[in-house]
Amino acid sequence: MGLKLVLTGNYALAYAAKVARVNVVAAYPITPQTSVVEKLAEFIEEGELDAVMIRVESEHSALAACFGAALAGARVFTATSSQGLLYMHEVVHWASRARAPIVMGIVTRTLGPPWNIWPDHTDYMDQRDTGWIMSFAMDNQEAFDLTLQAFKVSEDPRVYLPVMVGIEGFILGHTSMPVEIPEQNLVDEWLGPRRQPYVVDGSEYMAIGNLALPEDTEEFFMDIQNAMEEARKVVVEVEEEYSKITGRPFKGPVECFKCEDAKYVAISMGAWSGDLMESVSQLRDEGYSVGLLRIRYYRPFPGDYIFEKANSTKGVLVFDRAISFGSYGPIFLDTAASFLKHTRKTPYIKNVVAGIGGVNITSDDFSRILKRFVHEVESDGVNVFEWYHKGKVVR
Amino acid sequence: MSRPPLPYKTRDVVLPGDAACPGCPIPIAWKVLSAVFGDKMILVIPASCSSVVVGMYPGNSLRASVIHVPFASAAAVASGVSEALKKRGVTDVQVIAWAGDGGTADIGMASLSGAAERNHDFIYIMYDNEAYMNTGIQRSSSTPRGAWTTTTPIIGKSEEKKDVAKIMIAHGVPYVATASVGYVHDFYNKLVRASKIRGFRFISLHAPCPIGWRFDPRYTVKIARLAVESGLWVLYEYYDGKIHLSGPSRPYVDPSKRKPVEEYLKLQGRFRRIDDELLKSIQEYVEKNWEWVKKHM
Ligand SMILES: Cc1ncc(C[n+]2csc(CCOP(=O)(O)OP(=O)(O)O)c2C)c(N)n1
Ligand code: SF4
Repeated sequence: MGLKLVLTGNYALAYAAKVARVNVVAAYPITPQTSVVEKLAEFIEEGELDAVMIRVESEHSALAACFGAALAGARVFTATSSQGLLYMHEVVHWASRARAPIVMGIVTRTLGPPWNIWPDHTDYMDQRDTGWIMSFAMDNQEAFDLTLQAFKVSEDPRVYLPVMVGIEGFILGHTSMPVEIPEQNLVDEWLGPRRQPYVVDGSEYMAIGNLALPEDTEEFFMDIQNAMEEARKVVVEVEEEYSKITGRPFKGPVECFKCEDAKYVAISMGAWSGDLMESVSQLRDEGYSVGLLRIRYYRPFPGDYIFEKANSTKGVLVFDRAISFGSYGPIFLDTAASFLKHTRKTPYIKNVVAGIGGVNITSDDFSRILKRFVHEVESDGVNVFEWYHKGKVVR
Repeated sequence: MSRPPLPYKTRDVVLPGDAACPGCPIPIAWKVLSAVFGDKMILVIPASCSSVVVGMYPGNSLRASVIHVPFASAAAVASGVSEALKKRGVTDVQVIAWAGDGGTADIGMASLSGAAERNHDFIYIMYDNEAYMNTGIQRSSSTPRGAWTTTTPIIGKSEEKKDVAKIMIAHGVPYVATASVGYVHDFYNKLVRASKIRGFRFISLHAPCPIGWRFDPRYTVKIARLAVESGLWVLYEYYDGKIHLSGPSRPYVDPSKRKPVEEYLKLQGRFRRIDDELLKSIQEYVEKNWEWVKKHM
């Protein structure tokens, strides 16, 4: 058994980077991410982590420095939020296109303007087309586990893509919970030394990212898509192996909570899934046949898995904490498209957007929304899209 | 240092397949880099003419490693590369950030300043062709006053040239130098000196561009030299807290030895519209700059 500590979500990320024995950290402060790098700075200055800390002048440079260090053979970590993530967006693409294994924590915070430091998923979703593997935690233990697993996923030769791990700012970021940290020697053995597709260290000529013809460029894109497909297997394998060293249960890319026999399933991602679970349990007691599919990996999107678990239900209710303006919530779009891969006859699929800008959604809110949905399906009158705001439904 | 023989294997460094315009200053400079570092260099290149000149995937016309990076990030990526190599104990390869004046003086200024302040161990070379050439000759903050560009199309640039070397001196880094593609031995010497120093080193390399400056490609070196001979571009090194004037610039401390700036200007289409007033202001810029140089020698 390893160490059990009471950690904030932010510290859980920092501890994961520490036990992964990163060589280089580069980061720039932004609320609510700041304490991740503060903790890492402490580890490094106290000699608990043998790494170089590059205290850069911006997020663009933070990821750029990690990118350079990763190409040159170092295991690297950074973390950011919101405006900082937008500011580094150019380099986010650069990292995946170069197939550079990098791990980044995203302590989510809504995007301004207006200035707002509360969490939703808009900053995280803004990165969904960048070619990064994307996971999202529900509690601090998972924040730690997914971050540590991210190094292994990212450095798998079938993948060689960067990974970002989301946690919601403040909700997890600044709330303390017990977190189990596996023994360092077990982690060392399980994770192994740094693996990467190539190293730029002067030992052979190499040109990374130079001008390419359209056909070659398209092939780079196709390779990333293939790597994403491979990653579906890899994330499962990595978690299975990891379960062995921690003794904690395997949850998979999607956690199934009372979903096996449910007639109606909700789909969600992030910390509010905890409230949703509470609501599901309560509704079960009231006789509703409801369940939950909680997304732990958003990219590659676990669409086949969701289809398999939800296809025989009567209704699927997708909660999004982000909106693609002029369309729907992103998880809903992915879910609907995933069903169409398999069938023309889908269950009712509905999207509720809520919790934007950090608006608090309670288990009572979830219960109210779920009950309404059950009622709508039963009466054949489902509205495909709703915005749940201040306890009211806005269509 | 006297004139070292430039090793003539420099011819090999830029392989067939480079995409430079005739008369381009970039391959001239790369040959000098190779003479100093051979293939033991990693060039970090942001968006610029150089990202094209180096050639197309899957080729690479440089006998060295090249990492292409976003426009604003050369100094930051080079920081990461150099720190990682240090951590891994790789010491036989020189990391060089190689960027245009736009990627340095403008969009890359923050990352340049950050890397300099943190004193990362690499050489930053800004090749100063005095405009954004890759996107079609738009003005940069390093474009000199009076120059035509496509974004200063009628009256020419109305502001003074930003002096990045001075900014870097103010950062207190171990080594700052100016150089010119017209004086390759001088550039060679400076790279050799820089290679023996640890920490952040900056070289501002004057690089006349026939396309953007509107001159006949055979005059690249001649024009580069005229800039020095007229006193407009002063070659120096800065270390140990003062300026050390370089050989080619030494005669021109004496204003009477300097060639008239008109000689430099008249060969270039970009200065076609220069009038007496502008000429006077350019002359004043030359005097002021020399005063500053002398004061810090
Ligand atoms: C963020 C960003 N903005 C704009 C561009 C477009 N762009 C590519 S090269 C370039 C100009 C480069 O000028 P400079 O650094 O002076 O180098 P040169 O082309 O003159 O060699 C610009 C504006 C870009 N690639 N990235
Ligand atoms: S435009 Fe000028 S700097 Fe750019 S490749 Fe052509 S000659 Fe060289």
